[in-house]
Amino acid sequence: MLVWWRRVRVENEALYLFLRSPVAQIAALVAVLTVFGAILAPLIAPTNPYDLASFDILDSFLPPAWVEGGDARFVIGTDDQGRDLYSAILYGTRLSLTVGVCSVLFAAVLGTSLGLAAGYIGGRFDAVIMRIADIQLSLPAILTALLVDGVARGIMPREQHEELLLVVLTVAIALSLWVDFARTARASTFVERNKEYVQAAEIMGLHPIRIMAVGILPNILGPLMVIGTVDLAVAILLEATLSFLGVGVPPNQPSLGTLIDIGTDYIFSGEWWIVIFPAATLITMIIAVNILGDFFRSVLNPRLR
Amino acid sequence: MSGGLLNISGLTVQYPTRFGVFTAIRDVALSLEPGEIHGLVGESGAGKSTIGAAIMGLIASPGFIAEGTIALKGENLVGLDQAAYHKLRGARISMIFQDPQTSLNPLMTIEDQLVETIRQHSKLGFTEARQKAINLLLDTGIRDAEARLNDYPHQFSGGMRQRVVIALALCTEPELIIADEPTTALDVSIQKQILALIRKLAKERGIGFILITHDIGVIAEITDSVTVLRGGQRMEHGPTPQVLGAPTHSYTKALMAAVPRLDRKLERFTNIMDEEAPLSTPELSWRVEGASAEFAADWLLAGEKHSRSDGPALDVRGLDVTFYGARPFAFGNRQGFKALSDISLSVQHGQVLGVIGESGSGKSTLAKAIVGLVRPSAGQIMFEGSALPLGRDRPRHHPARRKIQMVFQDPYSSLNNRKRIEDIIGEPLRFFGLAQNRAQRRQLVASVLDLVEMPQRAMLKYPHQFSGGQRQRIAVARALVARPEFLICDEPTSALDVSIQAQILNLLKDLQQTFGLSILFISHNLAVVRQMADEIAVLKNGRLEETGPAEPFFAAPSASYSQQLLAETPSLEIIAGAA
Repeated sequence: MLVWWRRVRVENEALYLFLRSPVAQIAALVAVLTVFGAILAPLIAPTNPYDLASFDILDSFLPPAWVEGGDARFVIGTDDQGRDLYSAILYGTRLSLTVGVCSVLFAAVLGTSLGLAAGYIGGRFDAVIMRIADIQLSLPAILTALLVDGVARGIMPREQHEELLLVVLTVAIALSLWVDFARTARASTFVERNKEYVQAAEIMGLHPIRIMAVGILPNILGPLMVIGTVDLAVAILLEATLSFLGVGVPPNQPSLGTLIDIGTDYIFSGEWWIVIFPAATLITMIIAVNILGDFFRSVLNPRLR
Repeated sequence: MSGGLLNISGLTVQYPTRFGVFTAIRDVALSLEPGEIHGLVGESGAGKSTIGAAIMGLIASPGFIAEGTIALKGENLVGLDQAAYHKLRGARISMIFQDPQTSLNPLMTIEDQLVETIRQHSKLGFTEARQKAINLLLDTGIRDAEARLNDYPHQFSGGMRQRVVIALALCTEPELIIADEPTTALDVSIQKQILALIRKLAKERGIGFILITHDIGVIAEITDSVTVLRGGQRMEHGPTPQVLGAPTHSYTKALMAAVPRLDRKLERFTNIMDEEAPLSTPELSWRVEGASAEFAADWLLAGEKHSRSDGPALDVRGLDVTFYGARPFAFGNRQGFKALSDISLSVQHGQVLGVIGESGSGKSTLAKAIVGLVRPSAGQIMFEGSALPLGRDRPRHHPARRKIQMVFQDPYSSLNNRKRIEDIIGEPLRFFGLAQNRAQRRQLVASVLDLVEMPQRAMLKYPHQFSGGQRQRIAVARALVARPEFLICDEPTSALDVSIQAQILNLLKDLQQTFGLSILFISHNLAVVRQMADEIAVLKNGRLEETGPAEPFFAAPSASYSQQLLAETPSLEIIAGAA
């Protein structure tokens, strides 16, 4: 308990800055609401958009409740299949967040371990890893994701692909994001590895993996956490983009991207709500995550203060 | 008391923080005559630099001058607006900074930098300004000034660069120059020259100098009067010989006692901080059961007794270390830089070998070669009679990895900031399998902390919660807990204040005597080495200049380089004579 309190006191610099920044507080509130909405979607959503029996094609294209012709059952209207948009957005956010968080975690583990090893071992290993990273960087993220998805489609039987679609999507997004983590981890490791505590461990004869994992890793986590939050926004956007392009999640599982995709088809025929509400949700979420990322960056990097 | 040039009275500088107002300087008075060199001396946090910044009107926001006056030739500077101060700075008050590497713009030739400054403050045309720049450089002792005018800062050596910085400060013919640690980054021989230059400028041009330094040797060497500061308050002031020779304030006395003397070896230093030791606080009463300094001492002594062979503990034979740059494209030989060549020296059991050398002499490379961080290109390292595998050939579980431990120079980088002290000190215990279980490990960590005079409770904290001296104690504890027989100390006190340095040196001496450790003690500071070493080795540019027993060495060194080094080290002898 005492140790814990001490740590809080040490870190209260962050708390202090947070309490003085209304922008960060609002962003945090939005983020928390979004996360809760996503987690609790099955409890708070009026209908289940996955359940084909729960919606009726006759309800399709209903405008929001306050617009003429709206239906009180569907607060912000319905889409082309008669699904309740509010429920669809809740479930969509759930899917988008899951894919985003998983792919960022995957990218962070992959990128950090490669970057840490490259920075610590140096020499040829470093050169090879970093050239691979350069190649990765020269491909646009969407192209990488399309490529992975295409390959997965090619080598897997159709049914299996449908099942694994989300996994493929996550891997595809992670593959386009790991370079950020690798480069940051490598640069920070270069700084750390010349510090005397690392030399002290080397003199003792500690195993290199222990030096990296227990010695250096905790010291380079700060900048990596910043990359993580910023990349979370990127990952969510990528998922939306891929779903919008039709290579992401299956159309019967609404994600924010697929909803926007459906909406664009009808935007000129007057059914504006199908695109506006999912898009607004996405934008709010991305902005909130980005603001939080920037806040972390400025708190964790004293030079930017 | 009032001075003809500068008068400061009742100066109080405060910094509002979110934890309340912090008073950095409290009621400090100071006066200066033209041509006088006044020293401001104190340990880190004493407020030396803040006084300099206050005179320059450069106190960093949110700090402010709460009270007092600063008068330059009768004109009060406190409350002057920034525009007026801007005219004053440079024109009448100049500043010399510590690091000549960063105080010159690396992308401008020194001609551009000098001429720009001269023309900013006078109406001279380009050619006249250029001529003046040449004259200034000649005055500050740069030969071929005209030819070197178009050089960039990196083309000058450290000492030469500091001369350029001084020339730059002189450009505008100031009345007052504030020199903030002007020689701290320089080797002793160059320090001597720069100090002589400052002396000469003060005498010939009648410029008043305020010399800020932590080095009492420098103060003794060139200042006329001195103010001793501690915690933002003036402890003692007056003419230098009087203050340093016959200090009246207890702090000054303790400070003087803590300065390592070049002229004699002391058994122990007086402990300045004694007065501050808290008697009983929760901090001190927190203890791990069964842990005590005696327990640690017994445990350390119970380690396998070194087989006292007749030979030396460590014997280095013909060691060469060459560093290679990157291989040139495809063909051609790599260019090597010889960091050490043909070094042979030995450390006897239970003795301290002091290795002396200026920066770039290869002192640290020697240490790294012994511990296996650097691979020698030739030579042999014998430890307790058997040859040590070199560089990366040394297996991870080689017994020498435990028996040879190292204490590093910078206590801020030698401890992992994200680990608790318990884990930092416990790591060698865990790795070398010296403790049976977690409870025993805890007990040992607590005991060793006791042994290095740290509260046992420190084991629960993180390194950033400790000061430099405390961190260095922790670093010593980490080295000790491996039960070493041989300790390498690479400049263990150069990052510390004198009072803390005295404590660490005391600690090392005690440990060395109690446990009969053999120590390789590396330092650039001759006075510190004198206090520690039984034998001496002098390195210069990677070559061994001289080795031999310490006492005869300090009485009469044989190599000319050693004689020069000894003569150039600023010392308190002038003052000691008066005392």
